Amino acid sequence: MQLLQSPAVRIALSVAIATGLYGLSFGALSVAAGLDLLQTMALSLLLFSGGSQFAFIGVVAGGGSGLSAMSAAALLGIRNGVYGMQVNVLLRPPRWRKLPMAHLTIDESVATATGQTDPQEQRRGFWAAGIGVFVLWNLFTLVGALAGNALGDPATWGLDGAAVAAFLGLLWPRIRAREPAAIAVVCAVVTLIAVPLVPPGVPILIAAVVAAVLGLSGLGPATEGLEPDVDPYPDGAAGEPDGARSGVARQSEGAGRSEGAGGFGVALQSGVPRQPGVPRQSGGREDA
Amino acid sequence: MSLWGWILLACAISIATKFLGFLVPATLLDNPRMLRVAGSLTIGLLAALTAVNTFASGQELAVDARVVALLVAAVALWLRAPFLVVVALGAVAAGVARLLGAA
Repeated sequence: MQLLQSPAVRIALSVAIATGLYGLSFGALSVAAGLDLLQTMALSLLLFSGGSQFAFIGVVAGGGSGLSAMSAAALLGIRNGVYGMQVNVLLRPPRWRKLPMAHLTIDESVATATGQTDPQEQRRGFWAAGIGVFVLWNLFTLVGALAGNALGDPATWGLDGAAVAAFLGLLWPRIRAREPAAIAVVCAVVTLIAVPLVPPGVPILIAAVVAAVLGLSGLGPATEGLEPDVDPYPDGAAGEPDGARSGVARQSEGAGRSEGAGGFGVALQSGVPRQPGVPRQSGGREDA
Repeated sequence: MSLWGWILLACAISIATKFLGFLVPATLLDNPRMLRVAGSLTIGLLAALTAVNTFASGQELAVDARVVALLVAAVALWLRAPFLVVVALGAVAAGVARLLGAA
């Protein structure tokens, strides 16, 4: 009961429900892509990163090879490594807890934790969102896969349209400024140019190379693209003055999140690792 | 390798990537270039996946009912609809477009 009065836990639960529910669409699309029930559940239980899971089945559905599917999933999961570093610095877990925490390190758990300022609330937020999303994501994946099996041919039900909407929905929250929009457009165009020229699945990997080059060349702020699919703090981080989210900060979700998600990376740079949630008027934009 | 093999390998890589983050020195976070590549990779891959799922049909490009799904999903997202609603609308849009004669 006392836990339910924790603001981080309450936010974590609503994030878990919203995120878990879209496990429904993953389950249904996965069996439509040709994976069986066990394979679908293996992805949700073991890979456990929504974007990478959608990437894997998206490549398979398009006729891509297993190698291409795995590569797309692995590349899209690189940001989880960054989140791992951030959580490790933020929560300073004892060694034996690192492996379970690593498995629960996803957009939503990291964003919930980093949106809090009190260390205990950060810890509660991470665990509550991580475990909550894990349980509901797997439960709804199962339901979605069973429903998808019952539906039959994906084209007749417009499930291919659902896949399109799902990927756009994953991309959307990460596009709040000109730079990420430019990266998205360039990568989409490169992909389409490559489609007739190389085997299915490979265009996505070519786009990944282009995206990495664009990132290396310094287009966009450091934290762009590292936003959760379901924003735990859509109206600003807990306890944060509204003003911090207006203007530039509001215009770019990447910048907005910098007070939360990516933000303590910036806080670290200025040498205040124990105050990761300190709101920053600058929005943490780091133009190299 | 079978599809099962690739699935399990993808799972192993995912767990290893996350765990690696807990093992490397925190000073890596001071590197804005590393953060930016992780972010731009995420955006680029999701954009590529959106494009392929909308326009690719094997190795050919096609404009069909999926474009309608893309447009409807974009409007729904713009109106701040929740993810699941967006996905459902995408499915309905593609289905209706096909009923009305789109490929």
